[in-house]
Amino acid sequence: MIKGWTAVYLREMIILKRRLAKLIPAWSVSPLLYLVAFGYAVGRHVNVGGHSYMEFLLPGLAAMASMTQAFAIAGEINIARFYWHIFDEFQAAPISNLAYVLGEVLAGMTRALLAGCVVLLLGALFGVVLSYNPLFWAAFLLNSFVFASLAVGLAMHVKSHADQTLLNNFIITPMAFLGGTFFPLSQLPAWGQRLLEALPLTHAAKAIRAAAFVEPAHMTDYLLLAIVGCVCFVFAIVSVNKAKS
Amino acid sequence: MIEVQNLSKTFGDRAALAGVSFTVGPGTIYGYLGPNGAGKTTTIRILTGLTRRDGGTVLLNGYDIEREPITCKAQFGLVPQHTNLDAELTVEENLLIHGLLHHMAKADIERRTGELLDYVEMSDRRKVLVKTLSGGMKRRLLIGRALMHTPSILFLDEPTVGLDAAIRRRIWGLVRKIQSDGTTIFLTTHYIEEAEFLADRVAFLDAGKIVAEDTPVNLMADIGEWAVDFLDDNRLQTAYFHSRDEAREYVTGRMDGCTVRRVNLEDAFISMTGRKIV
Repeated sequence: MIKGWTAVYLREMIILKRRLAKLIPAWSVSPLLYLVAFGYAVGRHVNVGGHSYMEFLLPGLAAMASMTQAFAIAGEINIARFYWHIFDEFQAAPISNLAYVLGEVLAGMTRALLAGCVVLLLGALFGVVLSYNPLFWAAFLLNSFVFASLAVGLAMHVKSHADQTLLNNFIITPMAFLGGTFFPLSQLPAWGQRLLEALPLTHAAKAIRAAAFVEPAHMTDYLLLAIVGCVCFVFAIVSVNKAKS
Repeated sequence: MIEVQNLSKTFGDRAALAGVSFTVGPGTIYGYLGPNGAGKTTTIRILTGLTRRDGGTVLLNGYDIEREPITCKAQFGLVPQHTNLDAELTVEENLLIHGLLHHMAKADIERRTGELLDYVEMSDRRKVLVKTLSGGMKRRLLIGRALMHTPSILFLDEPTVGLDAAIRRRIWGLVRKIQSDGTTIFLTTHYIEEAEFLADRVAFLDAGKIVAEDTPVNLMADIGEWAVDFLDDNRLQTAYFHSRDEAREYVTGRMDGCTVRRVNLEDAFISMTGRKIV
C-alpha cells in the first residue's frame, strides 16, 4: 500500500538539501523580525502568566513555523504540477495515492522540523532556552502533520499557482496571527476565545507552550490535533483523484 | 499488448474521443496519427491512467488501467509530450527516483542507470543537473527514464516535437533499437515522415475517431504511388497517379510550377478526411 513513498520523499529531500543554504536565511527573517519587534522592543517589560513576553512568544513562533513550513509543501507540489509536470510522473508510476500523500506529507513535516529548529536557535541567540522535551516535539510534529496533510489535499484542488497564494492569504495568514502565537487567548472576550478554539494552531500553540514551560499537558489538544491531522490526511488521499482531469 | 475497445471521453460538451478501438500486438510500433486536437494525447493519458475515461475498456498486457492501476502501470513506460524531468535533480537522480517509484532494488537501479545512460549516449552527463541539458538530451533522457524499469510497453507522445532534423533522426534510431529488444511501442506524432519511418501499423485519428488503420504501405496504396502538387486558383491541389509516367504525362505542358513526388501518409490522410495533419 505504501510502497514507493520513499521516492516521493527522497525527491523532496534532495531539492530541500540543494536549497538549504538559501532556505535557512529565508526561514529566519520573519521569526527574527517578530522576536526583535514584538519580543525585544514592544514586549520587553510585558509579563504573561509569569513568563517574559519573549518566553511566551518563542513557542508560538515555533508553532507558527511548523504550520507555515508544513503548508509550504503545497507550493512545491504546485510547482511540480503546473511548471515541471512532475506530478504526471508520479501518477503514471505503480504507486498508490496513499504512498504519494505519505511521501509529500513527511516532506512537509521534515521541512517544518528544520524551520522550527531555526526558530529555537534564534530564540537561544536572544537568551531564551525553554524545555524542548518529547511532549514539545510531539505537539510540534502533530501540528505539522495537520498542515502538511491539509496542504497536499488543497494542492490537488487548486487550478493554478495564483490560487495557492489565495489559500495562504485566507487560511495561513489569519491563523498565524489569531492562533495564540502572539497573545494569550484569555485576553479576548468569551465568544472570541470560542471562535479561535476552532483553529488547530490554537491547540498546537497551547500544547507546545505548555510543554516548553513544563506545565501540565492537556491531552485533548494532542488528541484534537491527531484527529484533525488524520481527517486532513484522508482528505489528501481522496483529493489526489481530483487532480486527474 | 494493448487492447482498446470503444474508448470515449468528453470534455464539457466536446467529444475528445468517440468510440476508439484498436489492438497493438507485442513488439509492434503503432503510429497514432492525427492533427492537433484530434485526441492523440487524450488517448495516451487515458491509457496511462492520467485521465479518466468516460467509457470503453483499456487492457495493457491483459490488465485494466482503472481496475488494476498499480499492476497495469508497472507494464509501461511513458515519454510525455511535455518534458517532465526534474530540472533541479541530476540526470542520475532522475533515474533513481523513477527506479524507486517502480520499486526497483538499489543495486538494480545502479546497474540499469549505467546501462541506460550508455544506451542513450549520455554517460558523461550522469552528474549534471537536468536544467543544463539541451532539448535533444532531455528527450533522450526522457526515453531512457521510461525504459528504466524495463517495461514491455512504451508510450511515446510526440517524442521529437520541437527538435531539429538531426536529433529527430537520432531518436528514431533509438526507437528502432528499443523495438528490436521486443518492446511494444505506441507512438503519437503529427510528423508524417516519423510515422512512415517507424510505424509497422498506423491509425488515422480525426476528431476523436479512427478513420483508417493499416500498414503505411497499404494506407498509401489506395490513392496511388505518385503525387503531383500544383497551384489552382492560388490553392495547392494534389493529383495522384499509379505510375511515375502517368504523373510526368500530367505535368507535361503545364506552366504552373508542378512538383512530382512520391505519395506519403499525409496524402492518404487528406484523401480520407479532406484535412491536413499538421
